[in-house]
Amino acid sequence: MAAKTTVLYERHRALGARFIEFAGWLMPVQYEGIVSEHLAVRRQAGLFDLGHMGQVVVRGRDALPFLQELTPNDVAKLRPGRAHYSLFLYPSGGVVDDIIVYHLPGGGEYFLVVNAANTEKDLAWLADWRAQRPDLVVDIENVSDRTGMLAIQGPLAEAILQELTTYDLASVPWFGIVRVTVAGVETLVARTGYTGEDGFELYCPIERTGDVWDALLEAGRPKGLVPVGLGARDTLRIEAALPLYGQELSAEITPLEAGLDWVIRWEKGPFIGREALERQREQGPPRRLVGFELVGRGGIPRTGYEVRVGDDVIGAVTSGTASPTLGKTIGMALIASRYAGVGQPFQVVIRGKPVDAVQVSMPFYRRPRRTARA
Amino acid sequence: MAEVRDGLRYTRTHEWVRLEGDVAVVGVTDFAQSELGDITYLELPEPGTTVKQGDSMGVIESVKAASDIYAPVSGEVVEANRAVVDAPEIVNKSPYDDAWLVKIRLSDPTELDRLMDAEAYRKYLSETAAMA
Repeated sequence: MAAKTTVLYERHRALGARFIEFAGWLMPVQYEGIVSEHLAVRRQAGLFDLGHMGQVVVRGRDALPFLQELTPNDVAKLRPGRAHYSLFLYPSGGVVDDIIVYHLPGGGEYFLVVNAANTEKDLAWLADWRAQRPDLVVDIENVSDRTGMLAIQGPLAEAILQELTTYDLASVPWFGIVRVTVAGVETLVARTGYTGEDGFELYCPIERTGDVWDALLEAGRPKGLVPVGLGARDTLRIEAALPLYGQELSAEITPLEAGLDWVIRWEKGPFIGREALERQREQGPPRRLVGFELVGRGGIPRTGYEVRVGDDVIGAVTSGTASPTLGKTIGMALIASRYAGVGQPFQVVIRGKPVDAVQVSMPFYRRPRRTARA
Repeated sequence: MAEVRDGLRYTRTHEWVRLEGDVAVVGVTDFAQSELGDITYLELPEPGTTVKQGDSMGVIESVKAASDIYAPVSGEVVEANRAVVDAPEIVNKSPYDDAWLVKIRLSDPTELDRLMDAEAYRKYLSETAAMA
């Protein structure tokens, strides 16, 4: 089956993008180069086409109790115009997907953004639970095909986006979402992202995505904005220690193992996966996701590479990269809990050779705090 | 379009060779560096190592992928470029000049006949691109 393309495909080609197939989509992996795009996001701003990601609207009288049962974060605490990170969990405690839940301005409608690779699985999952609760009045709508998604990320993201809207973006809090006009297009603008920088994710009618993209590039170019592909998206999220489904999260990895304890609001009551996670919390998770850096050179620790202490295999690398910002080789690994601890050494086996690494705290990169906004 | 320099010899695995007497200066081509993207790590054979034409003699790794470096000729490695190992990004900037990788003293000069000249390599690249 041919890979799908987003509505911006021809624009990416014209910008000189190279493409890779990701989750059934043909997406730009890079334009100028991964490192230069990465650094542009850290220093100025970058523009991302996220048209591959899925969006689902959950509405109806019982949307709140439905989502409350389906996700471990506390949806009752989510006011209109705010978002939180959350998960779909299997009863086993493993992860179906990691998601952002937006409570849309006005209230009562929830907008869920899910991973491209999991969109179909998530929709089936939602339909399945929906069918088990015929008593609930809930409407689930897949709006992925009519929603364009862009992200503008970096220290200059707000200034660039502000040129295209009259809404005072400085008033949008972290994980806030507003419905505004951007370059003449009605858009949901959320202060969220996947890079470790300040920035926004934008949702607009799919047929207007190109107009918003063009306007952002034009407004941003003089300030150093560049288009950014999936290559730098990955290195940026690794520096920020943000998990990627399929690597740090999966059906076989629980949120407790992945260090996502903060997502689980035990006080909220029942949710799918709760019993399994309670048991694991009592016993202690058998594995832990840890951050590490290589002590010397030795190549890039890639997904699946063995982690050892002496001759004992203690786990595997989930993600790794040469960090453009830090000038170090960094990674995350899922290892037996008893070996986890900042400062503890282990070896990563790269092409058959054990390379020394030491555990470090995450995130690897934290954006500098700017002086308070007026 | 990737630069292909006249006067060099090329492999199908995108190494180049420049002959200096009985020593082959070896690097990777502009096409190779461009395909790999930002190069972050290099592993080269130590001087004194004997290498055989077509065998892997090192590793070149970018943010995207790792790939073997193959010996374009057989012989003894007489020098490895430490400057490039310390700053692998030089390969992206200057694949034919500053980023030479190793020098190999040829044990069998007739092996050079099995390599492509610039014209043949250009044709090879255009065929490779047509397949992609």
